[in-house]
Amino acid sequence: MEIIGDLTFAGLASHLLVGLSRAMILFIVTSGLSFVLGVLRVPNIAHGSLYMIGAFVAFSISHAIGGNTGFWVALLLSPVVVGLVALIAERSLFCHLYEREHLMLLLFTFALMLILGDLVKMFWGADYRSIMAPKYLRGSINIFDSPFPKYNLFLLVIGPIVAVLLWLFSNKTKMGKIARAAAVDREMVGAIGINVSWVFAFAFVLGCLLAGLGGALVSPTVSVTLGMDHDIIMEAFLIVTIGGLGNMWGALVGSLLFGITQSFGVLFWPQFAIVFPYLAVVIVLIWKPTGMLKSVW
Amino acid sequence: MLGVEEIHTFYGLSHILFGVSLTVLRGEIVCLLGRNGAGKSTTMRSIMGLTPPRQGTIRFRGKDITGNKPYQIARMGIGYVPDDRRVFADLSVGENLELAQRTTGGLAVWDKDRVYSFFPALRRIDSRKAGFLSGGEQQMLTIGRALMTNPDFLLLDEPTEGLAPMIVKELEDRIGRLRAEGLTVLLAEQNQKVALRLSDKGYIIDNGLIRYHGSTEELTADEEARKKYLLV
Repeated sequence: MEIIGDLTFAGLASHLLVGLSRAMILFIVTSGLSFVLGVLRVPNIAHGSLYMIGAFVAFSISHAIGGNTGFWVALLLSPVVVGLVALIAERSLFCHLYEREHLMLLLFTFALMLILGDLVKMFWGADYRSIMAPKYLRGSINIFDSPFPKYNLFLLVIGPIVAVLLWLFSNKTKMGKIARAAAVDREMVGAIGINVSWVFAFAFVLGCLLAGLGGALVSPTVSVTLGMDHDIIMEAFLIVTIGGLGNMWGALVGSLLFGITQSFGVLFWPQFAIVFPYLAVVIVLIWKPTGMLKSVW
Repeated sequence: MLGVEEIHTFYGLSHILFGVSLTVLRGEIVCLLGRNGAGKSTTMRSIMGLTPPRQGTIRFRGKDITGNKPYQIARMGIGYVPDDRRVFADLSVGENLELAQRTTGGLAVWDKDRVYSFFPALRRIDSRKAGFLSGGEQQMLTIGRALMTNPDFLLLDEPTEGLAPMIVKELEDRIGRLRAEGLTVLLAEQNQKVALRLSDKGYIIDNGLIRYHGSTEELTADEEARKKYLLV
């Protein structure tokens, strides 16, 4: 059993960076899930399916256009496509179900996950697909004398940008403030003359758009295939739980913890790397059962 | 201005209001007295559309508003101050007010500055999170928030509940001033003294039925009725 790979400063730093960039993807997906949980009180299990659709749409668009442009167009358009899917689902299905109990919503979104999974299978098949990042984001550069993938650096730039945009949205825009108010007391939001129905539609679409963006962003680093939805949704729900339900910063803190324990697990004990983040989740939940930051529930 | 006719309201299977009727004329303050659980809040919620009645009609300015959504009812000019206050705890005092702002309709135009002149205590805490306010401050904020929607009719559900006598006095004074501004008010209260000092007429509700109604003078004189339905 090889416990120590390369326990040097450079090795630690590079694993830390890998963990951080993984955390950025997790954060983007999870913040959307957390937003929907907080504002709409819907535990959306199909959130992972929208992430997977984001990745497949990114694949189709980038291959249809090709080259560097293909990647950027895919990155911009696939969240929009996912947002449209979400809008249709919200107006036709979700909007009738908000008053139902959580168990019903869990069953409903679980069913939706299965349906969306099959639709993806019908549309794209069960093959493994891959997407190339633009030329200048391929390969690696040396940081502290160890190679670090350029694309991960790109993720490290995008993550904070998304976090800042989300902060600006929820603190500086009227829609964001309404969403925060609705998370606390949706009935009173209606009683002051605001049509909550559209606020909910908007919040749902925004949350799902983030899932789509996450899927598009992750696509050059993994193989795009069926089953992506299951993997991410498990992690995303654990992260919102340890972060604090509906709390955007909780999603960030939870993602960082998850991403970093995952990559350090690889460094210290590769055979059991997958156990570390879950261990961290267990420890957090014993220490703080409602999550590290304040839950809006 | 407001006519509630024979409404029956349920929470799930439990029948709460049994044919409640009441009338409020323009410019009046009408109080709805009753013990805890008598149906005051349910009457308010029925009017606001939050718990729509299953039978009966609610008319506002002659128009049937039964079954309308709360946001539509709010836009018609009914402001709602719930009994448990329900400020948006996560937002600042100023944000609570700004969210409610509507400029169309209504008698006088309320904005943040005017609410702060009305409740000077709120001006100093503009940027404080509403979750951190005292009970009295939260009550002022919920009234201010309702005023920001520029209503000409206000549903005030137990505004003095659980507040210190000093604050109760201040609120009483402000509610009186609202009438002078031309607002019509339906005031649910357990505090008979405050309610009777403010109102033109009153209703007594008990177990979901209107047991008594009359002018303030009649109510004040009829000690027996008040004892029968209001004493705990």
